[in-house]
Amino acid sequence: MSLLIAGVAFAEAPAPSLPKMDSGDTAWLLISAALVMLMLPGLALFYGGLVRSKNVLGTIMQSFIALGVITIQWAFYGYSLAFGPDVGHVVGNLDWIGLRGVGLDPFPGYSATVPHQAFMIFQMMFAVITPALISGAFAERFKFKTYLVFLVLWSTFVYDPLAHWVWGVGGWIKNLGGLDFAGGLVVHISAGVASLAAALVVGKRKGYGKEDMPPHNLTMTVLGAGILWFGWFGFNGGSALASGSLATSAFVATQFSAASAALSWMIAEWADRGNPTVLGAASGAVAGLATITPASGFVGPISAIIIGLVAGALCYYALNLKTKFGYDDSLDVVAVHGVGSTWGVLATGLFAATAINSAGHDGLLFGNPSLIGIQALSVVSVWVYSFAVTWIILKVLDWTMGLRVSEEHEISGLDTSQHGEVGYSF
Amino acid sequence: MKKIEAIIKPFKLDEVKQALSKIGVQGMTVTEVKGFGRQKGHTEVYRSAEYKIDFIAKVKIELITTDEMVPQVIETLERTAKTGKIGDGKIFISPVDEVIRIRTGERGRDAI
Repeated sequence: MSLLIAGVAFAEAPAPSLPKMDSGDTAWLLISAALVMLMLPGLALFYGGLVRSKNVLGTIMQSFIALGVITIQWAFYGYSLAFGPDVGHVVGNLDWIGLRGVGLDPFPGYSATVPHQAFMIFQMMFAVITPALISGAFAERFKFKTYLVFLVLWSTFVYDPLAHWVWGVGGWIKNLGGLDFAGGLVVHISAGVASLAAALVVGKRKGYGKEDMPPHNLTMTVLGAGILWFGWFGFNGGSALASGSLATSAFVATQFSAASAALSWMIAEWADRGNPTVLGAASGAVAGLATITPASGFVGPISAIIIGLVAGALCYYALNLKTKFGYDDSLDVVAVHGVGSTWGVLATGLFAATAINSAGHDGLLFGNPSLIGIQALSVVSVWVYSFAVTWIILKVLDWTMGLRVSEEHEISGLDTSQHGEVGYSF
Repeated sequence: MKKIEAIIKPFKLDEVKQALSKIGVQGMTVTEVKGFGRQKGHTEVYRSAEYKIDFIAKVKIELITTDEMVPQVIETLERTAKTGKIGDGKIFISPVDEVIRIRTGERGRDAI
């Protein structure tokens, strides 16, 4: 309390060293945080439509409840681990536990023109959506009680340290000069790779490959993809942490990549299978969005189109490989987020231009071959870390709580067995 | 009296119904059904996962008619339900012992 009063008194007699708050920047960041929040119900619909109707509520809940669980985790210690004062370049310490010292004055280390809490709540939405993405890998078979614990453990041991590596003051990838504008490494590769580990540890759905498991409501899925696309303007545009030219540039790149990837996935599938599917166009858009995320604040509009065109086709072919390898990543998180964003982080090393963002670096195409090496090293590090730690977390949960619902409950569905409700009664 | 059951392609229902009305058929029962014959099913692909759909949607028409009307009804069904492509369906004819109109208690031909 005395700190707060001191802060107010201080603001009345501004010292030249105190950062100046900007109302436009603050407004944009708060709106962006709300846009990213909307991606959770968007993801819930996107995933919910892809499962069988007996699992629709259980699947929606896995996205929705992340808003509850991770918000509390973030307030207690998650934010401090991710963005708090550095420990050994790998994680934040616990100085900001319970948001101690995270007040309404700007924290210039992250954002000089907005209240520290605005930055905190914006970053929180990223922490919320990341583990929810993984739920697509083990859809239709995961025990809800275990899922709640998984959310907390995965955020604590995977998301928070990775956010620190890449974005925290003192983080080793940030120090190295690795570029990840809005979370290609932190959000999409980490979730995509965790999904590979999850699909392998949790195992296939009962009857996978023998029974039909078609999506039960693609209209829901396409609406969900549209909400994700809308929210992504906050995800990438908001990551400028200011309203202005950089936010605009990221906003434009986001749209261009999503559009071109929707087209290229649709065309690749059309050529391969004979139908321009709606699910393909929607999946392509999400792949294009996940791909441009790390690059969005560093590349120009035409680069974004090229990145998106490659992303749509690449993710489509990556998805086809799943059948060959035989693992059951039920909603294709590996192919869409993992593969897409791996390309996105590497593409940043090719297409980044300081003419777009002076705080970044030039990529290979703009005469700087060293960036691509740093990007590749970052990708490999995040792949290895996320895969290994996710594997360990799931193995421990398997021994202690059990990962899967019983066979009987898997057949009757998550809605009745886990939640005592049904999604549809008509 | 005979019962005529015809399994036809759903998009042909309107044309068949109108043609039957025109020759004096005064009632029928229509059901949406699924099944397969020589046409077999088809394949749907969702994100590269193929699902074989064995049963195809068809419409089943059931109607009761007098013995004299049977050739005309069959001719009408054959003519209007036909596309010439595989999956046009089948017609089954079977004898009917009795017909009763519930409201009036009429029996036999009068009840048709």
